[in-house]
Amino acid sequence: MGKYIIRRLLQMIPVIIGTTFLIFYMVFALPGDPTAGKCGERPCPAAYVAKYRAEHNLDDPMPIRYAKYVAKTATGDLGTNRYGVKVTEDLKKRYVVTGKLALMAVAVEVVIGIAAGILSGIRKGRFIDNLVLVSTLFVISIPVFVIGALCQYFLGVKWGLFPVTVSAKPTLYELFMPAFVLGSLSIAYVARLTRTNLVENLRADYVRTAIAKGLSRKRAVGLHALRNSMIPVITFVGFDFGGLLGGAIVTERIFNIQGIGGYIFRSIYNRDGVAVVGAVTALVIVYLLVNLLVDLLYGVLDPRISHD
Amino acid sequence: MTTTTQPGIRPANATGKITYTPVDGRLLDVEDLHVEFHTDDGIAKAINGVSFTLDQGESLAILGESGSGKSVTAQAIMGILDMPPAKIPHGAVKYCGVDLLTMPDDRRRWVRGAEIAMIFQDALSSLNPVFPVGWQIAEMFRQHRGMNKSDAQAQAVRLMERVAIPAAKERVKAYPHQFSGGMRQRIMIAMAIALDPAVLIADEPTTALDVTVQAQIMSLLQELQQERQMGLILITHDLGVVADVADRSVVMYAGRLVETANVYDLYRNPAHPYTRGLLESIPRLDQKGQTLAAIGGLPPNLLRIPPGCAFNPRCRMAKDVCRVDLPALREVASGRHSACHFAEEVIDA
Ligand SMILES: Nc1ncnc2c1ncn2[C@@H]1O[C@H](COP(=O)(O)OP(=O)(O)OP(=O)(O)O)[C@@H](O)[C@H]1O
Ligand code: SF4
Ligand SMILES: [Mg+2]
Repeated sequence: MGKYIIRRLLQMIPVIIGTTFLIFYMVFALPGDPTAGKCGERPCPAAYVAKYRAEHNLDDPMPIRYAKYVAKTATGDLGTNRYGVKVTEDLKKRYVVTGKLALMAVAVEVVIGIAAGILSGIRKGRFIDNLVLVSTLFVISIPVFVIGALCQYFLGVKWGLFPVTVSAKPTLYELFMPAFVLGSLSIAYVARLTRTNLVENLRADYVRTAIAKGLSRKRAVGLHALRNSMIPVITFVGFDFGGLLGGAIVTERIFNIQGIGGYIFRSIYNRDGVAVVGAVTALVIVYLLVNLLVDLLYGVLDPRISHD
Repeated sequence: MTTTTQPGIRPANATGKITYTPVDGRLLDVEDLHVEFHTDDGIAKAINGVSFTLDQGESLAILGESGSGKSVTAQAIMGILDMPPAKIPHGAVKYCGVDLLTMPDDRRRWVRGAEIAMIFQDALSSLNPVFPVGWQIAEMFRQHRGMNKSDAQAQAVRLMERVAIPAAKERVKAYPHQFSGGMRQRIMIAMAIALDPAVLIADEPTTALDVTVQAQIMSLLQELQQERQMGLILITHDLGVVADVADRSVVMYAGRLVETANVYDLYRNPAHPYTRGLLESIPRLDQKGQTLAAIGGLPPNLLRIPPGCAFNPRCRMAKDVCRVDLPALREVASGRHSACHFAEEVIDA
C-alpha cells in the first residue's frame, strides 16, 4: 500500500511536467507583447518593460524559462498576476469557493442521485422507475446553461426560494442552486449507475444467500446488494469531484461565482499568462491527487482490488 | 401476548420466538407441492405435485436431470423463490407440523437459516465478495440471536474450526476470494450450520469442485449430519456422489417424483425406465471408452408437458396407455414407489 502510493506519486511527476510544459509553451509562445495594455492607453515606459522582461525571464530561450519556472514553482511560488497579486493568494481564495461548490454538488449528486437510483432499482419497471429514467434522460440531453437559466427563473425569480446570484463569499444556502445545476448531469448519471448496479446485484447469488440466512429483505437489499452496487457509484462520484475542483466555467458565470473556472477564463481573456499557467499547474496537481485518493478508496471499497 | 399452542410448536420463549419440535422425529412434510412460473411465453409448470417427508437424522437424495425441478423444490421449501414470477398454486410445506407456505413472512424468516438452512452450488458467488467470511458467519448470530460483535466473531471462529479451515483465527477476517473453492464451500457449510438447523438442504454442493475435494466435502456433510442428527436433503444429478451418504432417494422428472427408494435398491434394481436411463448414463470404470448410454431426447418443455406419462416421448417401453393416462406414484415393492404403468416389468428386467 505504502509502496503503491509512492509509485503513484512518482508517476505523477512526468505527467505534471508534461502538462505544465504544454500550457506554459502555449501561453508564452503566443505572439503578442505581454506588457501591451498594462499601462492604460499609452505604451509602457521602457524601464518598466525591461524590468518586466527580466522578472519573467522573457529573454531566455523557452526551455530555460520553463526550467526556471519549475524551480520557482517547486518552492510554492506561482508568481504574481498582472495586478501584482500573488497567484497563490488568488488561488487560495478561489479554491475555497470552488471547493465549497464542488463538495455541495457532490453531496447533491450522492443524496438525490443515489436515492433516485435505489428507488428505481428496487421498483424496476414500475412508475417510479420510468419517471427516473425519463427525467434523467431529459437532464442528460439539455445543456447546463439551459438548466441553470430554468432554475434561476423558477426557483429564484418566480418562487423566490433561492438567490439568483451569489455574493463574493457565498454561504451554503446561496450555493445550493448552483450546486444543483452543476451536479445535475452527474445526478442523472449517478441515478442510472446506481439503478443498473442495484438491479444486477439484486439477482446475485449472494443476495439469495442473504435471504436464505433469514435476513430481512431490507437488510439483504439495503446492506448486501447496495454495498456492492455502491462501488462503481462512489468511484464515479470521486472522479467527478476531481473534475469539479477544476472549476465550472459555465455554472460560475451563470451565478456570478468567483471560482477557479472564472479565474482561468478571466486570466486567459486578460492575457495574464502567469495567472493562467499557475492556475492550470495547481489544477493538474489537485486533479491527480484526487484521482489517487479515489483509486485508494476503490481498493478500500472492493477488497478484491489489491494495491500491492 | 397470547400464544396459541399448535401441533409441534411450543409457546413462544422469552424472546418472543417460537420453538419448533418435531413430532415422532418428523421434520418435513412436503404435500402435493405445485410451483409454476408465470413468464411472457406462458405458465411453466415446474413442480407438479411433489410429496415427500424427511425425518431427523435422515438423508434424502433428490436426483434428476437438469431442469427436472430439484432446485425449485428446495427453494420452495426455503421460501426463497422470487414470487412473482413463481407462484405456488397448491400444496403445503410443513415443518414440525406447521405449514410454512401460509405463515406470515416475518415469522417464516426466523425459520430460514435458523431451522432450515441451505448451501448452494457455487460458493464463490454465494458469498458476499465485500464482507469478510467471519463477518458473514457472525451475521447469523447477530441477526437471529442478537449477539454482540465479539461473541458472534468468536462463534464464527469456532465454526470455521469445526469445518476444518486451517488457521481459522487468522483467516476469520479474510474475504471469500482469498480462499480455495473447497474452503469456500466449507465456509458456506459453517454459515449454514451456525444456528444448529434441524434441516440442511445442499443443492449440488460439490458440482463446482474438483473430484478429490468433492469427496472431502461430502464426508464433512455426512459427519455433521450424524453429529447433529440433522435432516439432510442432498440435491444432485450425479448419482455417484450420493451413494455413500443418502439413505433414501427420490427421482424427479418434469416436476414430479417418478421413483422413491432406498439408495441401495435404486442402484441395484431401478423401478422406473427414467431411473434406469440415468444409471446407465453414469460412466463406469469397467466400461472405459464406451459411449454413454444416455437417455435419448430432451426433457419436456414445461410450458407444454405431454399428456399421460411425461417421459413417454423418450421411453423405450412406452405403450399407448402411456400417452393417455398419467401413471400415479404407487408402491411397487415394500418401501418402493414408482410412477410407471409397467414398473413391475422394469424391476424384473
Ligand atoms: N425464475 C424462473 N423463471 C422461469 N422459469 C424458471 C425459473 N426458475 C426455474 N425455472 C424453471 O423451472 C425448471 C426447474 O428448474 P430447476 O432449477 O429446479 O432445475 P434443477 O432440477 O435444479 O436443474 P439443475 O440440475 O440444472 O440445477 C426449469 O425448467 C427452469 O427453467
Ligand atoms: S409409464 Fe410408460 S412412458 Fe412412462 S415410464 Fe412407464 S413405460 Fe415409460
Ligand atoms: Mg438446480
